[in-house]
Amino acid sequence: MFGPLTTKPGTSKANKTGSWRVKSRPKFLQKNCIGCKMCTVVCPENCIVGKEKNAYYCEYFFCKGCGLCANICPKKDILMIEEDKEEKEKK
Amino acid sequence: MDNKPLFIAGHTACAGCGQSLAARLVIEAAGANTIVANNTGCLEVFSTAFPESAWNVPFIHSLFENCAAVASGVEAALKFLGKKDTTNVIAQGGDGGTADIGLQALSGMWERGHDILYVCYDNEAYMNTGIQRSGLTPFATNTTTSPIAEKSFGNPRPKKPMPEIANAHGIPYVATASAGYPQDIQRKVKKAISIKGPKYIQIHVPCPLGWRHESALTIDVAKLAVETGLYPLIEYENGKLTARQIQPKPVEEYLKTQGRFKHILNNPEAIKQVQEVADRNIQKYGLRLEKSA
Repeated sequence: MFGPLTTKPGTSKANKTGSWRVKSRPKFLQKNCIGCKMCTVVCPENCIVGKEKNAYYCEYFFCKGCGLCANICPKKDILMIEEDKEEKEKK
Repeated sequence: MDNKPLFIAGHTACAGCGQSLAARLVIEAAGANTIVANNTGCLEVFSTAFPESAWNVPFIHSLFENCAAVASGVEAALKFLGKKDTTNVIAQGGDGGTADIGLQALSGMWERGHDILYVCYDNEAYMNTGIQRSGLTPFATNTTTSPIAEKSFGNPRPKKPMPEIANAHGIPYVATASAGYPQDIQRKVKKAISIKGPKYIQIHVPCPLGWRHESALTIDVAKLAVETGLYPLIEYENGKLTARQIQPKPVEEYLKTQGRFKHILNNPEAIKQVQEVADRNIQKYGLRLEKSA
């Protein structure tokens, strides 16, 4: 076959773009969620998963930390927290 | 709709990219029985970095100028095979590949009447190569090829009226949408693919890097563009105009959110000229929300 051809569809999950996050990451509190799905609708990475309310979460392997989900959440149930903050607190 | 995501994570768009968000909404609304032809641009570069692809639908990358022609060929082949009724064809590209470089192929596609939905992701400059101005760059924008200096305050020319050019071809459906209104994008795409013939949708997609705003503000900036009247959401169905009504806000609210307009914030003359652009839109499309009696 001629040229560079991507033969398998849907393979980009090999790129773990989560390493791009520098400042903050979203934290899904899962307390006041009403299941409006706006976070999944606006996520440019399509990395927020969940079907029922209070059960949405983010795949940090791919999240680039843009903050769109925290910005659009009508219940402010998603917070942008400092990267590595939780790990530091544990130590 | 099936559960298999059609546009998956792992693509290499910038954080907060409006285009990747809009591209996913479009392909999800169109469904899995879709063939996508894509001209060169940010979208093709970040979603299909060799050897991976973020798409779960057949995807063809053409040259910068001939995406509409490639999609025309795909559509003709599907027609010959008798599969056109079950398969959608989407051609898509950025604003440069649509309004400047790809316009001749696109015009040909409209004129020949192919049953294709053309989606233009309008981020208002050639963002992939480093923010050069395009035909769809708005007035007074600071780009690398329309820089600010003593006698220049950015791009001197207004935006090319692509929806009107499309409508002048007499095609059945023309619409503009915005990343700030995700449900509106999906409604328009679903409506478009239910119509036979050439269709054109232009989606306003903020680019945090090129427009110089915070990545978390992508949706807000896109909404403000609509609310100020600088990016009217309109639909032409067989030439009949319907527009989303707004209560216009002053254009400063939109301009001050972005670094690319920072230089004109202290220049009342330039702001007045931008406001005139918005006022013309409001008058032309009848955007002002009339108070119901």
